Amino acid sequence: MSEKFAIETHDLTKRYDGTTVVDRLNLRVRENEVFGLLGPNGAGKTTTILMLLGLTEPAAGTARVYGFNPTREPLKVKRLVGYLPERVGFYENLTARENLRFIADLNGLSYEEANRRIDEVLEMVGLTEAEIMEKVGPSKREKTVGKFSRGMKQRLGIADVLLKRPKLVFLDEPTAGLDPKGINQLLDLIADLPKMGTTVVLCSHQLYQVQRVCHSIGILSRGKMVIEGSIDKLGREALAGGRYQIQVETTAPTPQLVNVIREVKGVLGVEVQENVLLVSTDTDLRAEISKVVVQNDFPLIQMKIQEFSLDDIYMKYFREEQVGS
Amino acid sequence: MIAILRKELADYFTSVRFVILLILVIFVTAFGLVAASQGIRGANLPEGIVFLGLFTTPGKVLPPLTYLVMLMVPIIGIALGFDAINSERTGGTLSRILAQPVFRDSVINGKFLAGVFTLSVMVGAMLTLVSGYGLIMIGVPPSAEEVIRIFIYLFFTIVYGAFWLGLAILFSIVFRRAAASLLFLLALWLILSIFILPVAASVANAIAPTAEGSAEELMRNAELQQMIARLSPNILFQEATRVLLVPSVRSLGMVSMSQVAYMIPNPLSLGQSILIVWPHLTSLVSLSAVCFAISYVLFMRQEIRAT
Repeated sequence: MSEKFAIETHDLTKRYDGTTVVDRLNLRVRENEVFGLLGPNGAGKTTTILMLLGLTEPAAGTARVYGFNPTREPLKVKRLVGYLPERVGFYENLTARENLRFIADLNGLSYEEANRRIDEVLEMVGLTEAEIMEKVGPSKREKTVGKFSRGMKQRLGIADVLLKRPKLVFLDEPTAGLDPKGINQLLDLIADLPKMGTTVVLCSHQLYQVQRVCHSIGILSRGKMVIEGSIDKLGREALAGGRYQIQVETTAPTPQLVNVIREVKGVLGVEVQENVLLVSTDTDLRAEISKVVVQNDFPLIQMKIQEFSLDDIYMKYFREEQVGS
Repeated sequence: MIAILRKELADYFTSVRFVILLILVIFVTAFGLVAASQGIRGANLPEGIVFLGLFTTPGKVLPPLTYLVMLMVPIIGIALGFDAINSERTGGTLSRILAQPVFRDSVINGKFLAGVFTLSVMVGAMLTLVSGYGLIMIGVPPSAEEVIRIFIYLFFTIVYGAFWLGLAILFSIVFRRAAASLLFLLALWLILSIFILPVAASVANAIAPTAEGSAEELMRNAELQQMIARLSPNILFQEATRVLLVPSVRSLGMVSMSQVAYMIPNPLSLGQSILIVWPHLTSLVSLSAVCFAISYVLFMRQEIRAT
């Protein structure tokens, strides 16, 4: 991960008919990382992407994508950037290859180069010959996209984005409509993209998926960035410092017990919730904790370990916001 | 833009729509030829403009070919353009294309040019068919002047079709749904090609009544009627066609009896015919240009929004 920024926005603002959709957004995405852009529906994620692509003009503020201003130099930005819209569409009467060849044409690739890259991206997204061909009598021919399943279209969408070998891709809900196997393959592919020199901005509601591939995240709410940072750091904040949370259930927690556990090496903090002690740690300390609890003659009913999840971060923020408003 | 033009052309030429339109063109050609075969002998045209009679002679019940062309060319324009932009929008392909390194106007320019090209192919095919079969039928070869007149007519027809194509693309930008845009276009087509005439007559009668029946009153009424009808590009096109292909038409306005006495009943020369229809041509060209310009501006300004 480098310290150069692929995307930098400064007070980026967008208004539609008087309502502010994106409100003075300051977003920074490092080069060669996977950035998760989260937030509830209508938070302004897609609008932000459209502004960064130069498809929509910001009302105020500036944006820089690899040093280019998307509003002033949209072609330079679009040459570097790929965009997978939320509801991706293809020409249903054309085949997968024909659809991709049109995009290659628009990018000015030569016929041979286009063919080479089409084979390459189809393989990357796992669209096999068997899937894109159909039998007509004794011979075989390519299927039109109209006959594709939702998941195949989604994968074709990814192929379409990768065709121009972008330096930055925006993926809006890329896993929608995929089966679990397809999701796994796609997440692996996304996780590999930074190695090939491609920065990824991923918009998704599937927090588990975001957590699996993203290095850092930003949560948008009503057009404002409310939390931004690396996923580890945010996880620590949400779970009071540690990476793991160990729940120790006893009959009656006493201050002595809390002290005993606190003295175990590696424990970062202990919280009492009725009969449960919430111990936050950096490593799995279940063995050590159970040992000291039993050695000191405290009853131990059960122990559970939990690794922090993005759900905690997300929910923690929105719970706070609801209380606040 | 070349890439978009190429794709749109490939789309048009392989679509079912194209086949249907081609069948329509062939029908119109056949009807026109039948009409001419029935009427051309009785029309008794002077030497030198017989060949043009193929296009302008009505049959026993059938209207002349030029009238059918006036009705049909808008249909071709509408069919090629009514879903140009809104189908891309609803299909989700528009945002994908605009995310590629192309200027936004190449999308609409490419679509318009591909449409005009397809239209030209169809109209050209139709006129060539009529000329070829007509030549076999009547056995009179066209004179050089007649060939030039037919080419000018072809050009007029393409401009006229381009107007309707531009209008169709405009509607496809304004209306989100293809069905709505098609419905409005067909309504407009019906009004401008057929209903405008009775409307013009009744409006003229209301404004300039002919109660006394004096020559001035009748003149004023007729001129007003013509002026209102000329608001329709279809009527404009029909008038221009008549002057171009029937060289014996000497004037489109009113002529008093005293003037008729001095008119020489021979066909007009090519230059004089063109002089009469020059305003028609400029109006048609500017109408097409305005139509396309409005679509262009709307499309460029229309924002791509998050659903």
